[in-house]
Amino acid sequence: MESHFSPGYVQNLLQSLKSSKIYTDLHNAAQTEVSKTSVRVSELKKGVQSGLAASGWEKKLRNEIYQYLLSHPVSSHPQATPAEHLKEPLLYLRKAQQAWEKRILKSLNSMCTELNIPLARKRPEKEQKELAGRWTELGIDGPDLTQIRPVYAPKDFLEVIMCLQNPNYNAGDSSGTYTLWGLVQLPLKLSSINRLRLLYSDMAINQCQTGVDDSSDIPADMFDSDRVKLGKKVLQAEHSPIAQEYAKKGCPVSLREDLWSQILGINVDEFDVLYYEQLKANVIAHDLLVDSLLYKDVKLTATNDDQYFVFEDFLYQILLPFTRDTEVLSHFARNSASPPKSYIRGKLGDENFSVVYPPNGVIPFHGFAMYVAPLCYLYKDPVKLYYAFRAIYTRFFFRLHSISSHPQGIVCLSLLFENLLQTHEAELFFYLKSVGCQPLKIAFKWLVRAFSGYLSSDQVLLLWDRILAYNSLEILSVLAVSIFSFRKTNLLKVQSYNAAEAVLADLTTLQVIPLIQLSLFSK
Amino acid sequence: MSGKQAARLKYACDMDKSVLLNNFEARGWIPVGPDDDWQFYWANVQSVRNVFSVDSGYRLQDDQVINHFPNHMELTRKDLMVKNIKRYRKELDKDNNPLAEKDDTGRFIHLDFIPHTYTLPADYNLFVEEFRKNPNTTWIMKPSGKARGIGIFLVNKLSQLKKWSRDSKTSNFVPPTSKDTYVISKYIDNPLLIGGKKFDLRLYVLVTTFRPLKCYMYKLGFSRFCTVKYNANVNELDNMFVHLTNVSIQKTGNDYNAVHGGKWTTQNLRLYLESTRGKEITDKLFDEIDWLIVHTLKAVAGVISNDRHCFECYGWDIIIDDNLKPWLIEVNASPSLTSTTSSDRIMKYKLINDVINIVIPPGEQPDVRWNKTAGKENLGNFYVLYDEDLAQSDPVALDPKMKLGTGPVRGGLRETKGRPSPATWK
Repeated sequence: MESHFSPGYVQNLLQSLKSSKIYTDLHNAAQTEVSKTSVRVSELKKGVQSGLAASGWEKKLRNEIYQYLLSHPVSSHPQATPAEHLKEPLLYLRKAQQAWEKRILKSLNSMCTELNIPLARKRPEKEQKELAGRWTELGIDGPDLTQIRPVYAPKDFLEVIMCLQNPNYNAGDSSGTYTLWGLVQLPLKLSSINRLRLLYSDMAINQCQTGVDDSSDIPADMFDSDRVKLGKKVLQAEHSPIAQEYAKKGCPVSLREDLWSQILGINVDEFDVLYYEQLKANVIAHDLLVDSLLYKDVKLTATNDDQYFVFEDFLYQILLPFTRDTEVLSHFARNSASPPKSYIRGKLGDENFSVVYPPNGVIPFHGFAMYVAPLCYLYKDPVKLYYAFRAIYTRFFFRLHSISSHPQGIVCLSLLFENLLQTHEAELFFYLKSVGCQPLKIAFKWLVRAFSGYLSSDQVLLLWDRILAYNSLEILSVLAVSIFSFRKTNLLKVQSYNAAEAVLADLTTLQVIPLIQLSLFSK
Repeated sequence: MSGKQAARLKYACDMDKSVLLNNFEARGWIPVGPDDDWQFYWANVQSVRNVFSVDSGYRLQDDQVINHFPNHMELTRKDLMVKNIKRYRKELDKDNNPLAEKDDTGRFIHLDFIPHTYTLPADYNLFVEEFRKNPNTTWIMKPSGKARGIGIFLVNKLSQLKKWSRDSKTSNFVPPTSKDTYVISKYIDNPLLIGGKKFDLRLYVLVTTFRPLKCYMYKLGFSRFCTVKYNANVNELDNMFVHLTNVSIQKTGNDYNAVHGGKWTTQNLRLYLESTRGKEITDKLFDEIDWLIVHTLKAVAGVISNDRHCFECYGWDIIIDDNLKPWLIEVNASPSLTSTTSSDRIMKYKLINDVINIVIPPGEQPDVRWNKTAGKENLGNFYVLYDEDLAQSDPVALDPKMKLGTGPVRGGLRETKGRPSPATWK
């Protein structure tokens, strides 16, 4: 069978499968098959294979491989791609990301020294017991947060992006006539509007969608009840690609949890529960400075949000173990970022005494907790919620806060937003620029947070349906453009940046799917 | 009815609340005193007592509307409400009405929406009997006539009720006035918890007439969350922050947040329940809440004096247990119009706006002789919960009338088991 996967790729895939749990499970299942009396020795292989297929193992294996394919894209050169190119092929962006990371780490370290808090400390026995006792109510009596500040906020990150420049690029345009209007001045490869239309063709106006055609004033039998019936069938098939295909038109509310679990390949069994308990034990045993950062973040964002405040305690139960989870480190192979290193006291620079800090390599920023918050509407079990968040983060959201040339990275999403706006709403963009308002300054925070906390909760979930289904974050840029389009009349009347911000301050009344449809398919 | 000229009505208002006054000013209405010739009076309950008292000799004109029914306490006092509901159930049971269907243990299937309740001191002995049968249960004591969580406490030992015990040894027993009565109800110790926290629902229902019954449900109700984790531990019984969801009590807690005020919209509640529990059970819950309200209103419809000058906007407090069953806690005649957050203010402003539009069709002079059937265009964020006139004239149309505000219309697909045809309701 001819495939476009190089032998090296297949090799890696097999290796990854062999070292994962499904290998042992299949092994055990095969043993069970062999011991069945219906299998004949002369046809051992065929008998075991058909037995495994019949008991659903082929499906599980397929799903596992599918998840691998989604998270390990085929690299440009099958044999000789160096590891750092997998992370980020362009040198200047690699360097920029490293410089940014150095800054973050420096900021973290200086906060440590200023406030005289260790990066990590072991909790005394008594404190451990006390924490374990109130694990489900961590929102009360948290650490003293008055001195803690977030390490950085999206606007700090935007300033770094604004200054990025490709040293090899000379537009031959010293007068600046042909420069792009926006803040991001980089020659990066982006999707054109036509390519986006093709990609999102299942969202076209002539196709019924969840989020448009299932509202209460439309009779259920026109779309909704059939959609739910089909959804239930899809769930029974237990096949990730099918679930993903189904989700392209949105997930009905009651089926969303199961559909997302299938798309993300989440199957919580007792080993997963044990692993989570282990992470929890790690949180109880040691107190990290990052914990205080996360506490502060939750208190600043979700606790003040009238859609998510209810779930405050769940957020701690997800975010704190997340920082201890070293399995997250594997995603750095395809992330332009690298896990920050810290050194044992007195051994600075000695690689033998370096540890990754925090253990999962992710330093949270202001608004990080909002990646978890919308998921709380779907998963009422903290363990399942944990794995769902981890899967979504390591598949998608990590791209929203690191510098890279990846078409779904935040740099390209910002550039895509500005390009689309300049091309399709030139009058608006030019007008806003002339009153001192760069649209990206307002839209950036929406993109970094994937709109969590800005749209109303049901709309965020409808949007994230599409992110999972089309396996792309580009829809965020499209939505941002459509919001500017939608409020164009008011925006064309503003006289200052603050006025523009006020027009776009409250997005909670917006219906995202019709907006995206208008933007993509009606010009 | 007079023509549709811009009606600048004269209003009287006992309460200095912005959500009221802003609505009146927006309509260009003229403020007058309660003793003047008002056409619309938003009164507090004491003034209403005066207006309708036999001694006052007050006679309301045909163009005067007031916002309370004279004897609303039949619904809004906890002891009277319970008495009326119990009587209603008994009547339906006697008539062998399918609504009064009971299960094998003798519990009502469709009418079991108030927890086991006794009035004290009148039913003290009955209560003791019940308590001795299940000594490990918790009960909640509430003063009949108070509001906002005042005077409520939890009981799990008979000794906590010493003062009600009619021991003949205490010869200085003084019969309590009706002001001192309490109701004691079985405490719902398995409330539905979200994020580990207990909450209750506050829903607004507008009633424009009781006979025939016309009531409207406001779509933008909200849930009130306790700021502290729910803890069923007996030692926490005294911690009011855990058990009582009244905002006036939660407000004084350490963790009270003034940005959202511990309030969640009903839309978010629905989204959460549908996502985590499924559509059918969630629809059933909201359906049962609608029916619970209609039954309660039906229960008091016979005893409320149906003065046609009156309308009333009630605040219903409902708690949901973890089997997704709703329980009626109480009905408030004067739901708070103070706004705790900005979204709260907007919601209450819209509420009053829609109430006024239903009670006095916009642009018209009030005329209490009209049939009080509100036009669809004036409902705003209300939906028709039950309209006895329309139900009587068109039995089939009863189903679409009960459609839930936020779910899809289900046309004729609703099962009618247990719901009687309108003709059997008086």
